[in-house]
Amino acid sequence: MQSAANDVFRALADPTRRAIFEEITRHGEQTVHALTRHAGVSQPAVSKHLTVLKRARLVRHRHEGRETHYSAQPQALAPLVDWMSQYAIFWRDRFDQLEELLKRMDK
Amino acid sequence: MTDAAQERTLVIEREMPHPPEKIWRALTEGQLLEQWLMKNDFQPIVGHRFTFRALPVQNWNGVIECEVLAVEPNSRLSYGWGTLGLGTVVTWTLTPTEGGTLLRMEQSGFGPDQTANYKGASYGWKNFIGNLERLLGGLA
Repeated sequence: MQSAANDVFRALADPTRRAIFEEITRHGEQTVHALTRHAGVSQPAVSKHLTVLKRARLVRHRHEGRETHYSAQPQALAPLVDWMSQYAIFWRDRFDQLEELLKRMDK
Repeated sequence: MTDAAQERTLVIEREMPHPPEKIWRALTEGQLLEQWLMKNDFQPIVGHRFTFRALPVQNWNGVIECEVLAVEPNSRLSYGWGTLGLGTVVTWTLTPTEGGTLLRMEQSGFGPDQTANYKGASYGWKNFIGNLERLLGGLA
């Protein structure tokens, strides 16, 4: 898998991060403070999660006064869609191997 | 089927000139399974937890965590398939045909209820993927 896909998968493998990301996509741009109220974890923890999401390009931020606002970049989810097509290739290949095995089992 | 079960399902079907009993062996005998799929410690027992192991690559340890969900000899086999924090369900269906067997593999994206507690995630991929569908609708 390409590294962009890995970043997205790893970023979203964590349920708290997934919840934070979805909160932003559902309700639009938000501050760390607002997100902390929803997340049920401490503000430093939320900030850490946001850093991971940022690295995966799933969110971007802008500063306004003393607050940092985060917004979602759903186009970064494209690798997750590719994941389905990668599995399709994987399984077709395995079907081929299964057929080869079935032929060998006759002998 | 519920809406949740319909979302993101991958289906591959192929008719094979072999009887269901023989294909069933290839699907359920660990040594045979390894020859076409992956190293494993599979056993055809509902509730049995096992792993498939591929060669590790960068950022992926190659381990797929599984749990047997359904075993109906020579006709249906289903297991949870989890890796990289993503839980899916793989279901094999064998239907006898005149010339052999129609083999169907369905990998459903986080839908069926039995995965609700899969890996104990407090915030399920199921909901996430459902919402993802809406998000991606705006991308095409």
